[in-house]
Amino acid sequence: MPVIGFKQLIEKEVNGKKVIDSIDHVIPPFIFINQDSNMITEKVVEDKIYLVDFFFTSCPTICPKVKKNMKKVYNEFKHREDFLILSHSIDVKYDTVGRLAWYAGKFNISSKNWHLLTGTKEDIYKMSYQYYITAIESKDAPGGFDHSGYIALVDRNRKIRGMYDGTEPEKINNLIRDLKLLFKYE
Amino acid sequence: MKYIFFYTLLLSLVSCKNSTKTYNEGAILYKRHCENCHMSDGSGLEALYPPLAKADMLKNLGVKAACIIKYGLHGKILVNGIEFDTGMDPVQNLSDVEITNILNYIHNAWGNRKQFIQLNEVTHTLENCKTQIK
Repeated sequence: MPVIGFKQLIEKEVNGKKVIDSIDHVIPPFIFINQDSNMITEKVVEDKIYLVDFFFTSCPTICPKVKKNMKKVYNEFKHREDFLILSHSIDVKYDTVGRLAWYAGKFNISSKNWHLLTGTKEDIYKMSYQYYITAIESKDAPGGFDHSGYIALVDRNRKIRGMYDGTEPEKINNLIRDLKLLFKYE
Repeated sequence: MKYIFFYTLLLSLVSCKNSTKTYNEGAILYKRHCENCHMSDGSGLEALYPPLAKADMLKNLGVKAACIIKYGLHGKILVNGIEFDTGMDPVQNLSDVEITNILNYIHNAWGNRKQFIQLNEVTHTLENCKTQIK
């Protein structure tokens, strides 16, 4: 499976010769708060394979469908200690920790494997760029936010290994297939 | 003469098909306005968005479900024994005809069965729930 993202080119010396090498895109460290009011940092995903999406709890468009599809993946892998989902809310005003806790309860998910995250607006939106998932605040969009329903699959070294349209059930099957591959071989 | 009888039969069959076409219109409107939350199979989403397929509340509401489509819903509801409090915003800019089509679709999709709802029933119901809300 390929590593997704822009590569950084660096010059280095090998046996006294200057060569150009490329470094994979790695998700930088982060600090967010989950539905239990716990701090979630890159340490939490250390040596784990995890999924990432961006959503908001009052989303009138694609989010419920994406969540329904993600629940399928969650149910298949939630028994694993090394599997996580990070769902970032892009509505930092309305989606407080309390609201995220309500959502987690109604959606019947556990913070053992699935974190609903909030943080500063700047941190959340900057993080969406790192995962190459569009998230824009927009007055013209239904619900006030424009965002893509893509899910990123991230490996144990915080490198993106796949992107999947969360609204398409068959793409979710691809995601499940790729997750199994990653668990088996990496 | 025999042929005329045959054609009348054929025509009546075709017009029967037209009545299910109303449900097709309803299906298109459902896809546009309702499916995001209630899902294409009417199953809803956990305890966040209630199901419409084989849902006791929808069945009991009958034509009155028109009020929820037009005016939205607030507070707690109970559907098939599960409590929902997400609420629903009004679906904007729907005509009574469109609401009727959606109603006939959701009342007859996914194993749901209900007698055809007429436009005048919907208009009358909407008038009543309007005064109830105000």
